Amino acid sequence: MTDSRATNPSPPSPLRLHKQLDAVWGTPPGWGRLKAVNHNIVGRRFIVTAFVFFVIGGVLAMLIRAQLATPRSAFAGPEIYNQLFTMHGTVMMFLFAIPMFEGLAMYLLPKLLGARDMAFPRLSAYGYWCYLFGGAMLIASLFAGVAPDSGWFMYTPLSSRTHTPGINADVWLLGVTFVEISALSAAIEIIVTILKLRAPGMSLDKMPLFAWYLLVTAFMMLFGFPPLILGSILLETERAFGFPFFDPTRGGDPLLWQHLFWLFGHPEVYIIFLPAAGAVSTILPVLARREIIGYTWIVVAVVALAFLSFGLWVHHMFTVGIPHLALAFFSSASTAVAVPTAIQIFAWIGTLMAGRPQLKVPMLYLLGFFSVFVVGGLTGVMLAIVPFNWQVHDTHFVVAHLHYVLVGGFVFPMLAAAYYWLPHFTGRRPRYDLGVPTFWLIFIGFNLTFLVMHWTGLMGMPRRVYTYAPDAGWTWLNLVSSIGGFMMAMGFALFAADMFLQARFGRRGARNPWNAPTLDWATPTPPPSYNFASLPSVADRAPLAATPDLGVKLAAGNGYLGFVRDGRLETLGVDMVSGRINQVIRLPSPTLLPLVSALATGSFFVALLFKLYTLAPIAFVAAIATLLLWTRTTGARADSGPVAIGHGEAALPQSESPAAPARQAMGLALAADATAYLSLVFGLLFLWVVAPNWPPPELFQPGIAVSALAILGSVVAALAGQQAALPGSLASGTRREGWLALAIAGNGLALIAWVLLLAAVPDPARHGYAASVFALLTYTALHAAFGILFAAYGIRRSRSGFVSAARALDIAVLAPWHSFTLALTGVTLLLLHGLPMAMGS
Amino acid sequence: MLAGALVLFALVMALLAWAFVKPAAGSRIPVRFWLAGGGLVLPALVLTPLILVAIWSGDRLVLHAGTEVPLRIEITARQWQWDVAYPDAEDGPRASVNLLHIPAGRPVELRITSADVIHSFWVPRLAGKIDAIPGHINTLRLEATVPGIYRGVCAEFCGGGHAGMNFTVEAHDVAAYAAQLARLADSADDGPADTRSAEAAP
Repeated sequence: MTDSRATNPSPPSPLRLHKQLDAVWGTPPGWGRLKAVNHNIVGRRFIVTAFVFFVIGGVLAMLIRAQLATPRSAFAGPEIYNQLFTMHGTVMMFLFAIPMFEGLAMYLLPKLLGARDMAFPRLSAYGYWCYLFGGAMLIASLFAGVAPDSGWFMYTPLSSRTHTPGINADVWLLGVTFVEISALSAAIEIIVTILKLRAPGMSLDKMPLFAWYLLVTAFMMLFGFPPLILGSILLETERAFGFPFFDPTRGGDPLLWQHLFWLFGHPEVYIIFLPAAGAVSTILPVLARREIIGYTWIVVAVVALAFLSFGLWVHHMFTVGIPHLALAFFSSASTAVAVPTAIQIFAWIGTLMAGRPQLKVPMLYLLGFFSVFVVGGLTGVMLAIVPFNWQVHDTHFVVAHLHYVLVGGFVFPMLAAAYYWLPHFTGRRPRYDLGVPTFWLIFIGFNLTFLVMHWTGLMGMPRRVYTYAPDAGWTWLNLVSSIGGFMMAMGFALFAADMFLQARFGRRGARNPWNAPTLDWATPTPPPSYNFASLPSVADRAPLAATPDLGVKLAAGNGYLGFVRDGRLETLGVDMVSGRINQVIRLPSPTLLPLVSALATGSFFVALLFKLYTLAPIAFVAAIATLLLWTRTTGARADSGPVAIGHGEAALPQSESPAAPARQAMGLALAADATAYLSLVFGLLFLWVVAPNWPPPELFQPGIAVSALAILGSVVAALAGQQAALPGSLASGTRREGWLALAIAGNGLALIAWVLLLAAVPDPARHGYAASVFALLTYTALHAAFGILFAAYGIRRSRSGFVSAARALDIAVLAPWHSFTLALTGVTLLLLHGLPMAMGS
Repeated sequence: MLAGALVLFALVMALLAWAFVKPAAGSRIPVRFWLAGGGLVLPALVLTPLILVAIWSGDRLVLHAGTEVPLRIEITARQWQWDVAYPDAEDGPRASVNLLHIPAGRPVELRITSADVIHSFWVPRLAGKIDAIPGHINTLRLEATVPGIYRGVCAEFCGGGHAGMNFTVEAHDVAAYAAQLARLADSADDGPADTRSAEAAP
């Protein structure tokens, strides 16, 4: 590095340092706000937008309660009512709960970990725009009167073309998939940020519990969302092109949808609960004035919960006719979830008992969480009991249970979090004590609504009925629920008013009003764009308890990277486990590109929605092209070697580090990709074993020569991709570009083979087998096509001077793609050749 | 289950209240007491017997085949009605719509499927629910111990007419059952010989 400031930085005054840092980290005003990639801004946008969707979902709930308040109500007919409850569930799950915690995670994580931003700020911004546009698409359909109306679970065949001919179901499938892009990108980003962007010295066992919870949650999202995304693509393909994946008359099976949906849907419940539990584990010990007990127990319990949650999905399907022995297994597994949950509950209780808890406003909401969530957990154990489930499944008992779990397990902790962290967002304290009446309105309203609903269900009222007879005996119970619902709505209105008043008129206060030990309270409040003027090093789990004036020291530039180097945005990267510094990570400046890419992605989804199938591929290519444009400002054109980071230490820039965040992100993306592919394989095997009207009328025998060509091409591409990333090849421009050219050729050969095979598949609209084979081939062919693109990209980066023996990142990050494609090739061909043999014999 | 749940709920609430009434009361209680006691031992003590009873009673509810050759009745759900067929009726097959006749005092095996979307067959007072899924036939065994009229509903959301997709089960004593079947039409298409909707759609 030639810059002299870098080798011997002298700390300027705190104010000057602030101005220098804010000049590079800040977001421009006015229209420049559209360029925002900073986690402070994007995180806040997620939170505010999610709250707006929460209000919309709440209004829908009020309309539902208005309709059910009296028997034979003339308020809404079934056409309207079915849209209301479908959209209430969809909005609350996909547009409120998940994005709300994503926003909170984005805002808090870098601060808790002692970093200046998330690992991929532009990805945060892209995810936000995808979420906003996808959500807007869904809400627009509501105003147009064509909102999804097949339930938030979209069971086929009700959601198939025959029974929902309109655009309604397409809005759900495409809108939700669009929004899920933001969930997957957030999952990857959260994992990489937690594993790599921590303060020096913060080994995994010194990490705040909140980060552990978010890490586990993000991994669950990584494996939980692909089955839903794949299922949605299959269902949309069935609706658009008649591929009968779920049509029992043509070798499909409606149960396949249920498996794919609940394979996502059950982990989803824990994906929503765990971040909230993380907030509880963070706030509760602070207000109990005692360190939380059982740190290791909690971490193990949370990881166990994550694993268990993937083995429970069948408990949503106890009535579909699965043999009782299999049900007994899933029933036991479902009750077993009570164990890790109980460990957490008792860790919290033990912490309160051992500490000196203060009954401040956030604590009030935590007590609300305890009472509501414990009831939900207990009714959950009841529901896991098969004979009981057969009776109350799909009744209002389940509605009551799930609201106790989700409102208790998510909304109450989020309200506590809002009151706890609002002083951090705004730098202000409450002037009026509205938090207390707000709590009682919400708490009493909630229990009034949903406690009686248990009885409504036990008395036989099914879910999702738009009306009921006066003599059914449910009249007064429903009226009580409706009154409670409106009371709760008033509570939330008061909450919104309280947040606004506090943000606008609250008293300004000093940092760390709660006397919390975590690094988030070491930033100034409200936080500056760069969080920390210099980065802390951490020696234990409670850095602020050990050094209460840490924030002031950091602001004075006494930590790492307390300077601006060449106008760059820099933060530190550490070893995943030990927390030792291993790189300096350069982050991107504000840019319009995420917005542009999201608009292109949105055009793709809108084109599909309106069946403009010529426009859709163009929009797809445009989206990929704009995504590739992101790389124009990343990377370095010269080797730099280790650069100074303060305290006389130095570290490699990430472009030269073998531990660069992008490489881990690629591994995670491939893990999600593999999950989607395996879901497809599961679909084919499931149809073969379970679906009616098998074996298919026509089997597909792939040609030996074409198959060999596919294998040859994939092997060549995988080997060439690996070779290009070896130090020997990287050193020479012609050698590395030669290997990449060979990777293009290999993928090209494979792609030709896949296209030939696709052309030979029997009509995929005739049978689920042909449709699944077609989907498998398309999936694999797309990977070969992207392989060509990625190798070509590598050549372009190499020609532009971004690659050297030291700067391996651009080539190394893409090498696993070709190996992954080879693995797909192997499994696909094995299935295509093996299934006809298995069925023929 | 309700009593057990209430006890556990009261336990948690009492502990929480105690924490606020007597601060630091639990500071001498070992951490392991909470984590191993509350997190492992307590759930194990509660859940193990619960699961065993559940499996046992679930098994009993399934009414195993082989105990007695039950009467078979075929039910096809469609938007938004229930078609019932009695293939074993003494003088040729019989059919009814939205009305299921069964003999009281003996188990009946219902073979349930759907002609269009997924529905769910539920008579709250006689048995748990079972889904009617196109392409699959699910069996449900139920038994009405005394003659009488039992109301049934569709429990799985099935579109616009879901709320009105009700039906009635009439349990007759054995002699009355045979007479009742004889009065039915021999196929559901033959007109409304005995087509009574349990509840006219609102």
